[in-house]
Amino acid sequence: MDEIQKRLLMEVADLHEVPEGAYNIRANSQSAGRRSTENIEIISKQDVSGLEIRIRPGTKNESVHIPVVMTESGLKEVVYNDFYIGEGSDVVIIAGCGIDNCGNQDSQHDGIHRFFVGPGAKVRYVEKHYGSGEGKGKRILNPVTEVYMQQDSTMEMEMVQIKGVDDTERTTVAELDTGAKLVVRERLMTHGEQRAISTYDVKLNGKDSSADVVSRSVARDRSFQKFDAKIVGKAPCSGHTECDSIIMDEGRILAVPGLEADHVDASLFHEAAIGKIAGEQLTKLMTLGLTEAEAEEQIINGFLR
Amino acid sequence: MLELKNVSFQVAEEGTDKEIVRGISLKVPEKKLIVVTGPNGGGKSTLARLIAGIEKPTAGKIFFGGEDITEKSVTERARMGIAYAFQQPVRFKGIRVVDLIRIAAGKKVTAAEACDYLSAVGLCARDYVDREVNASLSGGELKRIEIATVLARKAKLSVFDEPEAGIDLWSFRNLIDVFRNMRETIADSSILVISHQERILNIADEIIVIKDGRVEKQGSREEIYPSLGADSAEAPACDRLLKTMKDGMEDA
Repeated sequence: MDEIQKRLLMEVADLHEVPEGAYNIRANSQSAGRRSTENIEIISKQDVSGLEIRIRPGTKNESVHIPVVMTESGLKEVVYNDFYIGEGSDVVIIAGCGIDNCGNQDSQHDGIHRFFVGPGAKVRYVEKHYGSGEGKGKRILNPVTEVYMQQDSTMEMEMVQIKGVDDTERTTVAELDTGAKLVVRERLMTHGEQRAISTYDVKLNGKDSSADVVSRSVARDRSFQKFDAKIVGKAPCSGHTECDSIIMDEGRILAVPGLEADHVDASLFHEAAIGKIAGEQLTKLMTLGLTEAEAEEQIINGFLR
Repeated sequence: MLELKNVSFQVAEEGTDKEIVRGISLKVPEKKLIVVTGPNGGGKSTLARLIAGIEKPTAGKIFFGGEDITEKSVTERARMGIAYAFQQPVRFKGIRVVDLIRIAAGKKVTAAEACDYLSAVGLCARDYVDREVNASLSGGELKRIEIATVLARKAKLSVFDEPEAGIDLWSFRNLIDVFRNMRETIADSSILVISHQERILNIADEIIVIKDGRVEKQGSREEIYPSLGADSAEAPACDRLLKTMKDGMEDA
């Protein structure tokens, strides 16, 4: 791997070197390294590009890293990764994609991730997106995440896209069985002419299932964001969506909260707040000696922490 | 150290200009604790905001350390050594108490140092240092954190706007200790406190009474304090209420 690829790996997966546990590093559409462990098996798909990751029931405190880096301008790929998470396991999955595009052709990675979460399993999933490079070619990421959660399973998803991705359409669908719990924390910052669309469709099918989908975002310059979060309650369940956004410059944000209760004991809430940075927050930090620009930076960094 | 010369401030309200501060002149010398008091709506908080640079005077000049700072920004004044504690502290999503203290100190502050500032305002540092300065904090907690950020500034002039308001169970004696401590540890520093509190008035070197946007009285504590009498907010509430009723009846 070259230096740019190593830097991208740092950005998307905090990796300085080969990670512990199971991993597959994909660089410019090739595998740049893979390791399966006793409990976690990573195999290539035969029919399409992508991986099958099988986590044995009862696997505890293990992790899987599957970062993707792209440095070749004009590369376009669709990758299908399926995760089978065995009953009662407790694992961390770290994905993420970094694109460095110095050329004039668009680079695009569309990752289709499907999670089959077994009964009682606990998953923490972290996905970071990052783009860099001075070329005119766009850096495009269109992730699709499908989550199928069996009884009493838990999934925490942290989705982060802070810099450099020109265009993204993220679609997340989830179906939850009895007692399953989904928590989503999305953090997004767009700048320049970027566009980011994030769509959620969560179905609470089982009794006592719950979903909490929270997005914090900042739209700067002339960027545009759309947050479209729908929760459907088909059983006694609880669902909450929240879009909390800061707009700056000529940024635009569209929040489309959607709740559908198909059961009398479904309890669903949504919150959405969009606005510029409160003047008094800037003033307070300026009375502590920061310039207005420094104050803005502190407020945004905190907000997206 | 600080001098206001004939400072006025007016705002446009319902089409007419309203003068909130009317030609105030005053001096805050070095090593003094000045308490500004007077009835609500008299222009005290506006005066504090004019000193911090949050509002700009519509007339008059402000000098700090001999330099004309009338046109200087909030940031410039902060860097020159003016600190300001908000009457109603601001909440932030995601910014932690320790972050605010670090920004206030303007340098790397160890967790232990940050804890010292919190302990000084009666907060158990361990419980608060990593808390976000957000809506989960009560008004009283927020107010004490606000005071801690001003402590961390170690400024030549610290301005407190009603620091006693809403500090819940934390006693006034602690607040007074904070002021005393600041005077001892920050060389040549002065403090300007806006307050109605008898105990704070009691430790003033000088008292300034502001009413209707003007300085009504100004002088040493010994001179001014006895004359505050029934006008003071510390007078028994019943007396004031009776007086108001009497005034009202006379007006009718």
